[in-house]
Amino acid sequence: MTEQGVGASLLRKEDDRLLRGRGQFVGDVRLAGMKDVAFVRSPLAHARVGEIRIPDSCRSQVFIAADLEGVKPIVAVSGLAGFKVSEQPVLAFEKVRQVGELIAMCVGDTRAKAEDVAACVEVDLAELPAVHDMLKAREGDSALVHEHWGDNVFLETFVDVGIEAAFDAPIKVSREISTARQSMAPMEGRGTVAYWDSRMEQLVLYTGSQMPHIVRTGLAECLGLDHAQIRIISPDVGGGFGYKGILLPEDVCLGWLAMRCGHPLRWIEDRREHLTAGANCREHHYRITAYADRDGKLRGIDCEATVDSGAYSSYPFSACLEAAQVASILPGPYDFPAYRCRTWSVATNKCPILPYRGVARTGVCYALELMLDAIAREAGLEPHEVRLKNLVKPEQMPFDNITKKHFDSGNYPEALERALAAMDLKAVRERQKHPEPDGRLIGVGHSIYCEQAAHGTSVYSGWGIPMVPGHEQATARVTPDGGLELRVGVHSHGQSMETTLAQVAHEILGIDIAKIKVVHGDTEYTPYSTGSWGSRCAVMAGGAVATASREIAGLAKRIGAHLLQADPNDVAVAQGKVVGPTGSVTFEEIAHTWYLRPQDLPMSVDPRGLESTIGFKPVRDSGTFSYAAHVALVAVDPEIGDIEILDYVIVEDGGKLINPMVVDGQIYGGLAQGIGTALYEEMNFDASGQPLASTFADYLLPGPTEVPAPRVDHMETLSPYTEFGVKGIGEGGAIAPPAAIGNAVNDALRPYGAELLRSPMTPRRVLEAISAASKEKSTEAEREEAA
Amino acid sequence: MKPVNFDYARPADVGAALALLADDSLSVKLMAGGQSLGPMLNMRLVQPDLLVDITGIEELKRVEEQAGEIVLGGCITHADIEDLRVPDVTCGALPSVARGIAYRAVRNRGTVGGSLTHADPSADWLSILSALGAKVTLRGPSGNRTIPVEDYMLGALEADLRPGEMLVSVSVPKLSRSARWGYYKSCRKTGEFAHAIGAFLVDPDRGVSRAVIGATESRPIVIAEASHLVGDGRAERLDLAFDGQATGAAVEAAGMTDPIDRQTHVVALRRAIERAHSA
Repeated sequence: MTEQGVGASLLRKEDDRLLRGRGQFVGDVRLAGMKDVAFVRSPLAHARVGEIRIPDSCRSQVFIAADLEGVKPIVAVSGLAGFKVSEQPVLAFEKVRQVGELIAMCVGDTRAKAEDVAACVEVDLAELPAVHDMLKAREGDSALVHEHWGDNVFLETFVDVGIEAAFDAPIKVSREISTARQSMAPMEGRGTVAYWDSRMEQLVLYTGSQMPHIVRTGLAECLGLDHAQIRIISPDVGGGFGYKGILLPEDVCLGWLAMRCGHPLRWIEDRREHLTAGANCREHHYRITAYADRDGKLRGIDCEATVDSGAYSSYPFSACLEAAQVASILPGPYDFPAYRCRTWSVATNKCPILPYRGVARTGVCYALELMLDAIAREAGLEPHEVRLKNLVKPEQMPFDNITKKHFDSGNYPEALERALAAMDLKAVRERQKHPEPDGRLIGVGHSIYCEQAAHGTSVYSGWGIPMVPGHEQATARVTPDGGLELRVGVHSHGQSMETTLAQVAHEILGIDIAKIKVVHGDTEYTPYSTGSWGSRCAVMAGGAVATASREIAGLAKRIGAHLLQADPNDVAVAQGKVVGPTGSVTFEEIAHTWYLRPQDLPMSVDPRGLESTIGFKPVRDSGTFSYAAHVALVAVDPEIGDIEILDYVIVEDGGKLINPMVVDGQIYGGLAQGIGTALYEEMNFDASGQPLASTFADYLLPGPTEVPAPRVDHMETLSPYTEFGVKGIGEGGAIAPPAAIGNAVNDALRPYGAELLRSPMTPRRVLEAISAASKEKSTEAEREEAA
Repeated sequence: MKPVNFDYARPADVGAALALLADDSLSVKLMAGGQSLGPMLNMRLVQPDLLVDITGIEELKRVEEQAGEIVLGGCITHADIEDLRVPDVTCGALPSVARGIAYRAVRNRGTVGGSLTHADPSADWLSILSALGAKVTLRGPSGNRTIPVEDYMLGALEADLRPGEMLVSVSVPKLSRSARWGYYKSCRKTGEFAHAIGAFLVDPDRGVSRAVIGATESRPIVIAEASHLVGDGRAERLDLAFDGQATGAAVEAAGMTDPIDRQTHVVALRRAIERAHSA
């Protein structure tokens, strides 16, 4: 490791701008003549659209589906057998299928005036029964979201690996476990600014996106444009988490109108739009049975999982990614012999589901880890004893699990043991023997998961969704003054890549970080990429930058060797110089010669100069497996139902860490979101499909006083397949907390015999669980008395 | 989320504000701190023709100490009370409760009168001022009238304001040296709206014993004679007299049928009593 290279906890280059309030987000874009857009959105979850009346006074400012001639709906098909296709209209016609669905686009000089126009538009809606409960939606008599399907199932999957062999296990535990629907709630919402550049004959669209190139591809399809006619600029992005990984109908609307209206347009999502029209993740339901031996050895898992996929299949991830993934990742980091899982991706009258940080893993981890604790209680064992019996062991690595997931490396038992040692489990058990002075109950719980990241062609070609990642490309270019430009198609929505990718290039070339500029977030400047998702950037873009940097090193050595009058085989690149047997020459001198003094170079000079665009794929593209053990210590107030997190330990293994401080940041942020899932965040819907929270007064996010400072410990087991042995870790922090906190709460509630199996674990749910358990106890006592 | 177009006025005295309120041809809305009204305007839940900002009225920022009570102008902020810019006559009750209202940014602008008039059931002032036996004074075309705080609230988000009337002040009785009070609120997170509040005051020298269960669906439940819950107020531990079942029955009689809500609210009152403070 050098001071600025891979492994250095460098302060972030981008913070100079961001922390001084000088970042430029979509909402900061100001263009001459720009007008604002507000949308008329459906107030109903499911209705036939009748007449739309627009007063003559504002007819020219309002656009409805009938106006959008030639615009195609958003379609994201999965190649999995049996997948049913939905067409998401850009503006609704015939039917609306979710509250908040776009009906009309209204233009005004200001947002307030655009909202005035929107308020004048009258829409006749004939309400239809809403499909709001994903389990009832699967029943034969349910109303239908897409009538021509005949049912409400996007996709059903089934896998059975010898489950019958588990049926004679002495321990059989069955539970119904579920997680609530959530909003991703990035600090910056969505936003779009669009205009037509008549010189370039190009639609320029600013949109806060994790995946600018994919937005361009999707937009080109919907608008019938050539790719070259569209430029997507994703400027600074204030958090994405998956929500900024999709093509929005709003983008298509603004793009269409910007090509025709002669002035720039802007739409900035407000928080009410985000909450009511965009609660788009996490809603899972599990009926799950675990089979085990008395010693805690898992014999098999049998599961029926349902995911509420919402009304449409969103582009590009599709409606089935979440549920179908449940089947393949439910076994988690465990090695057991029998498995059966059936999944349903169910269409409902809610907004389309999107992959949120951790994707299906947060729900899966919650379900499976609660089951392991239930087994432990049944077997009379400590929960960690059950886990240690079943975790994949380091000597099994690399390991192919029961669903053929390929674990690249790791020592899972060590992570768990280190975490428990840090929490001092024995001391907690001792403390639990005595009542707390404040009457609260103490509980400790843990969870462990693995996070497949940067999975590539071999995995995604199987899903058959519109986007399959291949080689990730980077452009590296030495500037005439010896600086380095890196151009990548991934984009940072908080990942710190302006720093970390520069560290990767520095590691190879030794050019000072201050002279390395990362360019991303603009389709005009960067190589095509599927973008930032799936915790892939460190592995894929990092790998691409490393590869391109090595190319640059080779090119620079040839020129440098000539300048040094040395044999190219006798020179090396170090500290921003080419060093030969008798002297050295800086990148600045090499670049100056190539660009400005070509007369000093021989005819045989490599015409590629000092620039390289090259792709990278890991040795195996089935993904890296990072993992972590989380341990939570909680206090539960059995009278009011409050839960306080007293202590939190994370032992994490992300392979080689490019910048450990950045990784810590990723873990802190993920933990905060995981605590939100565990304790606070929930979008409820009533029976007519109305979302019941429209502000942060009703949709609770954890704040600074609700998120403890975790104690984080790192392990570094290198991946054998990637540059430097790095693994993707972007999502992990958000995966384990609901399970760890859930197990801690259930541990605290053991004296009552109560168990909570639904997140978020609200005060009401705590009290209901206690009340249900005490009713069960008294019924049991009555039965015994009667006997 | 931008408000409708409205006119704005900032009168200098109550008379001028009342004159603006009297115009029947306009929909007029008074704004004090704007901490609830601001978001409501943006969400177009309120669409006034005229917004009358009353924070420029000196009388509404005045504090007057009288023999048995202190009179706070309606535009006294939560932070004025928290920071003791307003003399405390409540053995610490008001400053202590003020400190727990929402966040400091809200407390800097939010006002006592605005909070009571907004009539959100989960607001702190409503519960603690009801427990302390405070009154509000309203001024309108036919002069002043003074009513107990708990009567000022008619229901959720509905205050007893007659046409053309506005709140001008809140009178808080001075507690005696023997007084003890308690306040407990249960929130999902720091600064969030409460889902249960318990508040009480015993002031044996003044013969007062009041208990309040707040953050209900509507008006707080006020037990104006609460000696059966807290004893005579002179015992060292007041909570020994607390009767949870009787409180539960009173809460149920007031219309709270959900057993978990009831439990939470009864516990909140018991904890308020357990945490009794004195001068």
